[in-house]
Amino acid sequence: MQKQLYIAVTLLSIWCSSCKQQEAAPHFVSNAKQDTITSIFTDVKMVKINGGDYKPFYGSNTALVKVAPFLVDERQVTNAEFLAFVKANPQWQRSHIKRLYADTTYLHNWVNDTTLPKDAKPNAPITYVSWFAAKAYANAAEKRLPTLDEWEFVAMADDSVPNARNKKSYSNTILNLYLEKNRQYNEVKQSPPNYWGVYNVFDLVWEWTDDFNSVLASGDSRAGEYGDKNLVCAAGATSATDVMNYAAFMRFGFRSSLKATYTVSNLGFRCAKDIAAKK
Amino acid sequence: MTKKFLLPGLMLLMMFSSCKTNSGSGQSAIDMVAEGKPEVAEITGAPKVPAPVGNRGPKKLIVNLETTEIQDVIADSIKYTFWTFNGKVPGSFIRVREGDEIELHLKNAANSNMPHNIDLHAVNGPGGGAEATFAAPGKEAVFTFKALNPGLYVYHCAAPPVPMHIGNGMYGLILVEPAGGLKPVDREYYIMQGEFYTKASKAGILEFDNDKAVAEHPDYVLFNGKKGSMLGSNMLEAKVGETIRLFVGNGGPNLVSSFHVIGEIFDNVHQEGGTAVTHNVQTTIIPSGGAAIVEFKVEVPGEYNIVDHSLSRTFNKGCLGKIKVTGNDNPKVYKHGTF
Repeated sequence: MQKQLYIAVTLLSIWCSSCKQQEAAPHFVSNAKQDTITSIFTDVKMVKINGGDYKPFYGSNTALVKVAPFLVDERQVTNAEFLAFVKANPQWQRSHIKRLYADTTYLHNWVNDTTLPKDAKPNAPITYVSWFAAKAYANAAEKRLPTLDEWEFVAMADDSVPNARNKKSYSNTILNLYLEKNRQYNEVKQSPPNYWGVYNVFDLVWEWTDDFNSVLASGDSRAGEYGDKNLVCAAGATSATDVMNYAAFMRFGFRSSLKATYTVSNLGFRCAKDIAAKK
Repeated sequence: MTKKFLLPGLMLLMMFSSCKTNSGSGQSAIDMVAEGKPEVAEITGAPKVPAPVGNRGPKKLIVNLETTEIQDVIADSIKYTFWTFNGKVPGSFIRVREGDEIELHLKNAANSNMPHNIDLHAVNGPGGGAEATFAAPGKEAVFTFKALNPGLYVYHCAAPPVPMHIGNGMYGLILVEPAGGLKPVDREYYIMQGEFYTKASKAGILEFDNDKAVAEHPDYVLFNGKKGSMLGSNMLEAKVGETIRLFVGNGGPNLVSSFHVIGEIFDNVHQEGGTAVTHNVQTTIIPSGGAAIVEFKVEVPGEYNIVDHSLSRTFNKGCLGKIKVTGNDNPKVYKHGTF
């Protein structure tokens, strides 16, 4: 009887605390220790994206989404920058992070809490970071993560035009980049930027977006309001606006395989910012 | 008097036992209780298959699959970037019994570029498990299903874009044996056809070509993911007088196979891998994402070519395997000259 009571109380307390932390996480309520963020300085150049109407890869074929002008980092957050972040915010170091915020492979290739992996280039993109960690970093840099629509808006560009989706070479070029292994160990800004001056959109790592899971919300979204958004098996073919864009299928597929705590060998992030917030 | 009773009695017994073979003593598979603790199932790479289920009852089984992206030879020392289940094309053969409860662990290798999942055609449930197993690189997903319908089924990766994941080799077979098992035979082999659409990558290794796939214009049509997978020292083997059972699947992603063994007639074909059995079949059609069980007794020694009888695929695109049958000549069945 006593044992049962003990278990019940433990369960209740776990439930309560998990509840509280999960709710707190996206808003960075400052009274929880994990969420108290010490600001960091980064000198990454931000590029202004003019915004405009764009056709999302998923959804109605005719509905255009308006993307407001915004600023985005010209490249991904690097190993060196993330190291500076965890030094300033020890609660985001590997041995201190709460499991609610990152799974067991968080920064697992690092030598220790404050030493990058052996052979890691300081200027290579950071990987093995969760969505929560990426959000915390962005917060510390007084920025935010780009939304999925913002990210995809930037990704429509090739090196000469802001929207290259109708070019035959567009998807195939990206596809070739996606298939290459171990790209995440290369340094940022070693390849040409796109039309906007944004580097490494496709050639190094996958990137977290703020709303990475907004397209495939759950395992059973087949009867959703907007028709079949499910990416699994053939279902995607009926709801994608460009079924030849295999690269986009891969990106959306990758995002929908993620949970916010996941840390993956080839998944990093870059930050964005509202134009208004700059003034 | 005794004899009179014996015959109907025997017939009745036969009726019951045949009943048992087909549908587990009349019990529906959904009500069969899987006994004991979960055991790790034996799984095998082609052309091998795991041991038959025989007379065992329903069990709890654990099947471990790992998705990998690897470089391996596709033909004539040319390499291709394959995506696989357990490092080989086709993926491991899974053999279970109706009523079994299968706990499927899908681990995606940490060095994968892509997320992967598994859709098993033997599953009753959304996506055949695909939604429950969508695994990011380095992650593992688990789902459990009860095998209800006996038959031979394809499994494949269903992560977007699906034709690309399948086109890179992400398919395999799962056999659900009826209660009492399939009738024992002398030899059993695992063959899976699939076609490859290729272009040279920067590094000179072949990789998937999207345009050729959309046009359904493959460079290779292959058994078991490699030209010559069943030739030379890798030929399938049998002895004169033995019965061979081939578990044949077609991963596609697009082509339908006209499966044929030159110089043999299939005594039995489980059409489309299901319960209906037809006899004396020369060529059986195997849809993309489908399978067939073919059985034949080999009477005469020699080498027998396994082909897709859409023959340009065999002559020009690599779709050829062989069975080497050894033993004494059988002039009653076949001889040069006249009988």
